[in-house]
Amino acid sequence: MLSDVNLLGPELVLMVVGGFLLIADLFIKHRRVLVGVTVAALLGSLVYTTALLSEGFVGNDAFNGILVFDHFAVFFQVLLIGAALAAVLVSQPTLARLPSRRGEYLALILFSTAGLQLLAGTRDLIGIFIALELTSIAQYVLVGFHKDRWGSEAGLKYLLTGAIASAVLLYGMAILLGLTGSTNLADISRYIALEGAGREEALVLAAVFLIVGFGFKAAVAPFQMWAPDAYTGAPTPIAAYLSVASKAAAFAILIRVFFEALGDDLLAEHWKTIFAALATISMFVGNVFALRQNNIKRMLAYSSVAQAGTLLIGLAAISADRSELLGASGMLFYLAGYTVTNLAAFVVIIIIANQRGTYNINDYAGLGRRMPWLSGILAFALISLIGLPPTALFFGKIYLFDTAVQSGLGWLAVIGTINTVISAAYYLRPVKAMFVDQPETEEDEPPVPVAPTSRGVLTTLSLASLGILIIGLVPSLVIDVAEQAVSAILS
Amino acid sequence: MDPSFPVLSLLIFLPLGGALLIALLPGKHTPTHAFWQNTPGTVQQQARWIALGTSLAALIIALVMFIIFDRNADGFQFVDEFAWIDAQSLGFNIGYAFGVDGLSMPLVLLTGVLSVVAVLVSWKIDLRPKEYFVWLLVLETSVLGVFTALDLIFFFLFWELELIPMFLLISIWGSGNRNYSAMKFVLYTVFGSAFMLAGFLVLGSAADTFDIRELRGADLGAAILPAQAIFSFILIAFAIKLPVFPLHTWLPDAHTDAPTAVSVLLAGVLLKMGGYGILRLLFTLMPEVGADADLALAIIGAVSIVYGAIVTIRQTDLKRLIAYSSVSHMGFVLLGVSALGVTGMSGAALQLVTHGLITGMLFVMVGLIYDRTHTRQIGEMRGLIHYMPLLGAGLVFAGLAGLGLPALAGFVAEITIFLGAFGQHEAPVLVSMLGVLLAAGYILWALQRSIFGPRDEKWAGLTDSNHWTEFAAIGALTALIILLGVYPRLVMDLLEQGVTPIVEQIEAVAAMGGGGG
Repeated sequence: MLSDVNLLGPELVLMVVGGFLLIADLFIKHRRVLVGVTVAALLGSLVYTTALLSEGFVGNDAFNGILVFDHFAVFFQVLLIGAALAAVLVSQPTLARLPSRRGEYLALILFSTAGLQLLAGTRDLIGIFIALELTSIAQYVLVGFHKDRWGSEAGLKYLLTGAIASAVLLYGMAILLGLTGSTNLADISRYIALEGAGREEALVLAAVFLIVGFGFKAAVAPFQMWAPDAYTGAPTPIAAYLSVASKAAAFAILIRVFFEALGDDLLAEHWKTIFAALATISMFVGNVFALRQNNIKRMLAYSSVAQAGTLLIGLAAISADRSELLGASGMLFYLAGYTVTNLAAFVVIIIIANQRGTYNINDYAGLGRRMPWLSGILAFALISLIGLPPTALFFGKIYLFDTAVQSGLGWLAVIGTINTVISAAYYLRPVKAMFVDQPETEEDEPPVPVAPTSRGVLTTLSLASLGILIIGLVPSLVIDVAEQAVSAILS
Repeated sequence: MDPSFPVLSLLIFLPLGGALLIALLPGKHTPTHAFWQNTPGTVQQQARWIALGTSLAALIIALVMFIIFDRNADGFQFVDEFAWIDAQSLGFNIGYAFGVDGLSMPLVLLTGVLSVVAVLVSWKIDLRPKEYFVWLLVLETSVLGVFTALDLIFFFLFWELELIPMFLLISIWGSGNRNYSAMKFVLYTVFGSAFMLAGFLVLGSAADTFDIRELRGADLGAAILPAQAIFSFILIAFAIKLPVFPLHTWLPDAHTDAPTAVSVLLAGVLLKMGGYGILRLLFTLMPEVGADADLALAIIGAVSIVYGAIVTIRQTDLKRLIAYSSVSHMGFVLLGVSALGVTGMSGAALQLVTHGLITGMLFVMVGLIYDRTHTRQIGEMRGLIHYMPLLGAGLVFAGLAGLGLPALAGFVAEITIFLGAFGQHEAPVLVSMLGVLLAAGYILWALQRSIFGPRDEKWAGLTDSNHWTEFAAIGALTALIILLGVYPRLVMDLLEQGVTPIVEQIEAVAAMGGGGG
């Protein structure tokens, strides 16, 4: 039993400190102390994970198989901690503007991260649901944290659609439980292998409900309607956090469920069709809607829908024998690259918004001269999002498209590459504004920055942009880790 | 030279290194207490001298390689390679591999020459000179990478890398409707490379390698698409780049609005990436499909030649005129390739080189004249030759080379292509000859209407070419055009050596097909 709790350690650290922060909020008003405690908690969780890893706990499970500690879970735990750390560090200006509830904000980030970590490490339907609700409820509050018109609208929209998605997910789980008599992914897989034949329709129905629930979290079209409003209304660090952490964890659980529980050959063809269709819809919807956005946060919201579509290509490649490993490791690689890229983009946007108070792409005109480094990094991140060299997502896209081709989905690779063209049209707009356009009014002195850019923000930014370059130049570093992670769930 | 010395990598990444050096120059925003401060004027000075030094060094390396290149050996030389991503279990094996053979060596040298010319004609750029030269050098690296990559993924990487500098160079330093043109250029190219990437991935996953040397002759039976489909996918990208009617519409816009140096590089080397790709990738990797498609290619080539020539006649802007004439001239490449013989293919490859020099020179001349007159409209330039005899003569010389005057470079290439292709495709060749006639017409007519004519007092205050950079650029190009016109063997030997394995492969396939049928 003690070792069971031990495996829950990384999440427990976050939850305990989160609870402490909620109480401490009443007494401690000093922002630096609160942020320090939060960062310490996240680092503590990371250390705990590494300790478990080096102490040989890999492959152990706990609580009757609900929780598992494998390389796959570790991969996502590290990724999620990274995203959460970035979100906390860049939240300083947001926190400075909050009159109160600073501890609450940080505690909610910790709770949400704990939930997402659980999601990556659970192999049981009940565990999945608990983890998903833990993270969702924290996120509903975070999205609506600014009590202005947009914040409230975003929070309410996210809450209502999220509640429906949860209900649908639960419905799917109930069907699956009814059919197979178990909530454990391994048991479900065993059942399908033995007695699944003849019950395909019911299984597919249950799986579709599951996809709705997870697809909502990952902002996959057509379950993406909350994303643009939530990204715009939420505090920008939270938008950044949602766009990378939520997405990564949602794809983690999609991979786990569809590889471990439903990966049987019996159903593989169905998944191929469903995910290929969703990938196509998601890419087109995200990219086409992003074309017309002037608010860069909205643009990145739609872009994240399109990127989710690109990731789904990996899931569509689930069925072919050899590509099974390739598809999943391709997704993990892409997620790692996407996380650093999107974080870098969002951090620059936050800095620009703090200094110039705008999210409008047209107001970025001439920034390349005034802030050459920041503009350069934003341009670099956007180039990575398009998938041009020498960036992380250049190889990420090649990896996923090659996966599609190897599993006989050449047309999906073509659709993916055509979408790359569409996406170039809007990703290049901020680049053009910053470096090509001249500002309408020549100002001698930049407006007084609302908040100075802190060291934490700059560190986050440098790490993220270095990540883009390093993953782009030496992709084998991440590929090896991704392969190791994926082999854990396929053994 | 020590054979293990990575001279080719040095060549490819030298311009990038120069670009980094320029980027790190302290700009005028550097605080005054900085250790080393600069005024805008000295930034321009330093940037252009570094750019010139780097591109000259690259040219010298390319020249040395050209001289010590072994003209009797088969295969690739100066090969630099190591495994970049080695995940064979996943069917993923990407190698960092670069090398040159007879086909790519002259193109590498051409890139070296035209990059120096591009720096020289940009000498007076004063709008954000630091960034300008950075992007110009990045562009050189990406083109060199395309011409020497031996791995499909690296080929694609450099092919895409070229977009970023081009987009910025056209949209910041261009003229006219430059934002539209830059975006159009990028979207056309990315559209083409979308299909190219799909084709590459199918090829790579069928043969389990992305290495061009191993892919040659590999069995593509396991590919998920028929070879014809892969061929057409990749052809789309190259046809856009070359460009070929009806995929050429980005070219006149991009050319017209780009700054002079970028026009030179665009016409001189970027278009050549398309022709090079057709020879290096399509016909080397899928000779049987190429051999079947020869008539189609010949017809597309002939249509491009004639259509391009007819549209050229109607142009009133000198840069646009040259741009459309490029469409016509690049049709010859396709025609030469379609001949499937050593003569036709080496003629096509020679056309890539000579057109690079000639059109490069045409753009240089028009750019220099435009710097002085601020007009490119043919009707407005009358009598210019009386005031600028040197620039006028240069334009006339380049124009004559462009229409294929014997003893100049363009003539040799075109006549070789006709000789090679006539036996194979008589009708397209006959139609194409119309293009030569039209070329004589549009060039002479344009020259007559633009710079000749009675003196016009409005040009009286203008000076002729008077700066050493201009003399150097014009002189180098003139010398090379004459040299290749009288002694084409200089590169023809290499090109023939480069295309011979391709032709042998086509013949081998044809013999097998003949034996089977």
